Amino acid sequence: MQVMEQPSDVLRQFRHGDLDAFEALFRQHQSEVYGWIVRIVRDPSAAEDLTVETFWRIHRAHARFDPGQGFGPWARRIATNAALDYLKTRRPEADVPDDLASPQLADPGVSEEVRRKTAYAFGRLPAKLKAAATLALIEERPYKDIAGALGISTGAVKVRVFRALRLLRKELRRQGIEP
Amino acid sequence: MNEHEQKRMEQLLKQSLPPISVLAATEPQRDLWPAMVRRLEARSLAVPWFDWALLAAVVAWFALFPGTISLLFFHL
Repeated sequence: MQVMEQPSDVLRQFRHGDLDAFEALFRQHQSEVYGWIVRIVRDPSAAEDLTVETFWRIHRAHARFDPGQGFGPWARRIATNAALDYLKTRRPEADVPDDLASPQLADPGVSEEVRRKTAYAFGRLPAKLKAAATLALIEERPYKDIAGALGISTGAVKVRVFRALRLLRKELRRQGIEP
Repeated sequence: MNEHEQKRMEQLLKQSLPPISVLAATEPQRDLWPAMVRRLEARSLAVPWFDWALLAAVVAWFALFPGTISLLFFHL
């Protein structure tokens, strides 16, 4: 997500609850917020709802906004929290992948069954680990961006990614798959 | 898990789940502002739970002590 500079008067008006300023910020940032969320939840329909939920939280918190920190990073942080809340409440069964890699993209040395079980096991990981691993490994977002969005250090992101992979390997081994 | 195993797991994960941009647009397919407006309006019409609780308490009070209704009208 790009960090876009806002005219300071728009940010100041937004901070005071001005709806026109909020609309201007919404229109400027909705694509970036949606793009970040859909990378975490991997569901376009849910991402649309979560984008609205994110801006609803932003609207409620307008008085706490610090114009000096920039709107983009603040919005991304709130979007990440909304996406994590969604992942925590979603049933694991919902993660049976519609988004499995197509055969054209996949390594022929890895069977479809292994890929399906990997995707399913990944979907059952704790939300915080899954989000960090999704953004870092699948979406290949910079660790610095992920850390800012999750409100943790880059070192902590790396730990979460490592823990996600370790749990994934453990679950696959339990199913008799040796990665 | 050593470094080699970690790399192997990373590759397996990437083989199993491609980036979302391969599967779907990473921009919304419609303007979400109308949905945002509906959300704002719905919330502004909503009555806070404590208002309902207060109303329920008043109704319960008058049901238990009907004689106090006249007292209320006297003060109004």
